[in-house]
Order: sequence, then structure tokens, then C-alpha cells
Amino acid sequence: MAFTPEEYNKMSQKASPNSKSYKNIPMAFLIGGLVCALGQGLMILYQNAGLEKDTASTAVSVSLVFLSVLLTGLNVYDNIAKVAGAGTLVPITGFANAMASPALEFKSEGFILGLGAKMFIIAGPVIVYGISASILYGLIIYLFRLY
Amino acid sequence: MEIFIPLLKAFLVGGALCAIGQVFIDYTSLTPARILVCYVVLGVILGGIGIYPMIIDFAGAGATVPLTGFGSLLAKGVKEAVAKDGLLGVLTGGFTASAAGIGAAVFFSLLGALIFKPKDKS
Amino acid sequence: MAQRKGKYTIVFDDPPMIKSSAAIGSKKEAQGPLKHIFDVINEDSYFGQATWEKAESRMQQDTVTKALEKGQLSASQVDCVFAGDLLNQCVGSTYGLRDLGMPFVGLYGACSTMAESLMVCSVFLEAGAIQRGVAVTSSHFCTAERQYRFPLEYGGQRTPTAQWTATASGAAVLEKGDCPPFIRACTVGTIEDLGVTDANNMGAAMAPAAAMTIKHFFEDTKTNGDNYDLIITGDLGKVGTRLLRELLLQDGYNIEHAHTDCGLILYDMDKQDVHAGASGCGCSASVMCGHFIPLIKSGKLNNVLFVATGALLSPTVVQQGESIACIAHLIYLSSQKEGGRV
Repeated sequence: MAFTPEEYNKMSQKASPNSKSYKNIPMAFLIGGLVCALGQGLMILYQNAGLEKDTASTAVSVSLVFLSVLLTGLNVYDNIAKVAGAGTLVPITGFANAMASPALEFKSEGFILGLGAKMFIIAGPVIVYGISASILYGLIIYLFRLY
Repeated sequence: MEIFIPLLKAFLVGGALCAIGQVFIDYTSLTPARILVCYVVLGVILGGIGIYPMIIDFAGAGATVPLTGFGSLLAKGVKEAVAKDGLLGVLTGGFTASAAGIGAAVFFSLLGALIFKPKDKS
Repeated sequence: MAQRKGKYTIVFDDPPMIKSSAAIGSKKEAQGPLKHIFDVINEDSYFGQATWEKAESRMQQDTVTKALEKGQLSASQVDCVFAGDLLNQCVGSTYGLRDLGMPFVGLYGACSTMAESLMVCSVFLEAGAIQRGVAVTSSHFCTAERQYRFPLEYGGQRTPTAQWTATASGAAVLEKGDCPPFIRACTVGTIEDLGVTDANNMGAAMAPAAAMTIKHFFEDTKTNGDNYDLIITGDLGKVGTRLLRELLLQDGYNIEHAHTDCGLILYDMDKQDVHAGASGCGCSASVMCGHFIPLIKSGKLNNVLFVATGALLSPTVVQQGESIACIAHLIYLSSQKEGGRV
């Protein structure tokens, strides 16, 4: 049984079934699209209620975040995500779920080091690299007077 | 019909952004967390060079709801803050623009965790 | 005294017997085809406790108590308990067995722990260091998820090669005597690593360890797959099972007709959404203690190899880019105290 890791890698790839992309990608499209369409529906609703475009957009985000956290708490979000994949990961609802789920999970280790600290274990990188990228962008436009 | 068109646009563009994410999940070894980081950073870049705002004009929530929209919002915030406050705006712009979303996620998560309990999967 | 046979195998002169055994499972295990093997099914995966870790501890404690009860024994009659689980510092075992007052040896072999604990307990018995011992392990889906993967409510998709950690526990009471099944021999595994880095493909990572240990045992005892009624691996699942058979075939051993895997039989692979199969120490522990050990006891099986496989990874080293080191320990169980294959 003298296999090199490369040979074994080939063997195990052959033995491992691939993801069912023919199902996953359409489902991600469908459910992700529905989440965004829901957002657009809310957007129209809020604008009709008299909100400015930017304010309405923020209100949509907050509403979707609320809905996502609620569904996470009701143990529903993970079941939708099992089918939707990136369809529930990529929208802002995925970001909210990534914060709410560790908060729920690690409450058992206390409010400070459990709930409070671990809330960011999945979503933290998004904030770190998103904000950092925006700061780099800001530096560039500041230095080259592009604003 | 007037309502239907923007909904359809949001559905198609938002769905497409998600489908691309799924392609990354299925065909690369990128973990979901990495894909999200890529989306946000990509959003900052596309927002910064002015492409993403055009997608938002077309698709509305179809572009703002995915995390690329979050990135684009960061870029927009920085741009406005730099114009208003100069160098300090470089640091404040991103957080200011994303404050509502992050604030809501933090506070609702806290509330959610106080009320609910995780359950076994089936 | 135990004899060494070949380079890797320990053969027992006066083989220990398994006096009694017990298995406990939860809801998902009860929905599978092996529902009947469990002594207790607790539909509440919290086991009436406040946290998942407490739930696992409780399950392990209940399993030991049940196994002792079936052997009409009390905890004070046990000289030593050999226990382990998947959690950091093996807290499932330490806190589960805290109140029983038994001398305790904590073991970590990931999902190979059931074979490891049976092996160590047998050697203690053979050496005369103890008169009666208990081997027990457990795993809990929820404790494993939160330690190794994601929070339970996190919306993620499992890959097709991922396995489902069983919420189950198995315990066996070992002593000297004349009632089957007997632990005739064991082979201590070597750490094998063929460079698999995907923590969602444990079966592929563990198959080389199982193949190596089985090969060592066959070489040491000059036997092959035809000499055994059943070769039971721990939790290789679909992917690992296929790879194990291929690997052994390369070495000239065909085990296909005699091989089964606890990870393939615990759940209904078509109806229950478990992807590549079951995993976790509790998977092989409960299937052995609830299903196969009673079958050997009743004489339906005579010569059985139990090969539990474990992936010895931690999230920390995997994040540092390490590949997944694996191990497999082998136990040769027989309904005969003498003769047989060793």
C-alpha cells in the first residue's frame, strides 16, 4: 500500500460524490432571487410610505435582518439554507444569520465571553475586510482627490 | 405591471448573484465565509469605481440586498465622508454607512439569543 | 500473559469476555433501521439537561449504568472505567462518569475510541491489574457541531461527503470468564495520513488507517478476509468504505463479501438526510454494543473483526493547514475462547 498523497487524492476524488449542482444552483437562484424580490417589495412599500430612497434602502436592510434573526431563533433559517445554499448566504439575511446563530449557540458559555464574544466568529471577517477595504478605498480617493 | 417589473429585476439580478455564489461553493474549495468576504470586498471595489451604483439603479434591492451591496454601501459612505470631513472621513465613512445594518444585526441577535434556544437538527 | 504476534498484534492467553453491553441513542437514531438495538431511546436530544455538553455526559452516564444493570452489577464492583469522547478534554466522559466513583482512565482516539477502550481494558484485565472493567464512549451531534463545525442554527449546506455525527453511546462490561463474546486479540493502529485536508471528507481521510491496521492484523495472524464472518469498520461511510476496499484490494485482500461499516447501517441512507453516512464514537460504540456484540453472544456470528477508525484532527491544526491524521484500532472478537484464528 505505497500510495503517495497525490495518488490517493486522485483515488479519493473518484470515490467522493460531487455536489448536486444541477439542483443547488437553480435553488440558490430561486430563493436568493425571492429574498431580493422581497427586499424590493419592501423598498416600494417604504417609498410609498414617504421615505427617501436611501432611508428606504436602509429600512429594507434592517427589516430583512430582523426577519432573518427571527427565523434563526425559530430554528427555521438553517432548514431553508440547507436547500437554498448561497441563496440564503449571499443576501444580508445570511450575514444576520451568521451573527444570530453563534449568539444563540454560545449563550450557554455566558453573556460576555459566550454570546457577546462569539457573535462575530463567522460574520466578523466580513466586517474586518469590508471596512478595511473601504478605508483603503478612502485613502486612495483622498490622496488622489477623486471625491 | 409597474410594480412587477422592478420586482422581476430584483429577482433576476439578486438570484444571479446568489447563483454565482453557489458555483463557488460547489466547484471551488472556498468556504462560505471566504466567499462572503470576497463578495464584500468586491462590492467595495465595484462600488468605488462606479460600476455597482449602475447595477443598483437597474436592479434596486436585487443589488443592495446581496453582500456586494453592503460593500458598495461602504464605498459610497467613505466617498461622502471624505468629501465632507477629509482624511477623518476615510475612517468614519464605512462604519457610518453600514451602522444601521450592523447595529440591527448585533441588537436583534442579542435579543434573539435571549429569547430562543438552539435546537437539534433532523 | 498477552503475547505479541507479528509486529503489531496482541493475542490474549486468557481472553477477556464481554459480560454485558448497552447502547443509548436519540431521535434520529430511532428513525433509522437499527432502532431496535438501543436499550434506551431518548427523543429529547438535550436529555433533560440545560446544555449539549451536559446532555452528552448524561447519555454516557446512563449508558454505563444500563450496561452494569444488564450485568447485574453496581458501579462499586468495577475496578476501572476506560472512556472517551470527541470533546475537548473529553468532558463528555469526565463529567458523565464523575458521580459514579469508579477509577477512570480517559482516552482520546476520536471515533476509534470504542476499539481503543476495549483494547486498553482487555490488556489491563489480561495483566491482572483489574478484575472487571468498563469500556464506554459517546458522541453527540450537537456538541460535535458546535465544537468542530458551525452553530446549530447557522444556515450552511453540507457537502455530499460529509457525515452525520451520531447522538449515541455504547458501553461494555469486561471481565474474565467463560461466556462469549471473547476479545481474543487486538492490533494497535499506526497513525496514517495520506494528505486529506477536507474536514468534510473524514471517510477518505480515515480509510488508509483502517486499511493499514487490517493489513497489519492479516499479516501478523496469517489470515485474510475469508477467515471472518464479518469485518466491521467504525464510521467510514460511503466514501471511506469504497476507498478501504480498494486499498486492501491493492494489497491482495478482498474483504468485500465480509465487510460492513457502522456508518452505513445506523441510518437509512436514502431517507435520512445524512449524506455519506453516520460518524462519531457513538456510532460504532452503539452499533457494536447494541447489535453485533449480542449477535456474537447468541452465536449468530463467530469470528468478527471490529476496526474503529478515528480522525485525530482539531479545528485549530486544520485551520493551520495540517492534513488529517487518522488511526484505526482492531479488536478480534470470537464466540470461542480458544482455537479460531489466532
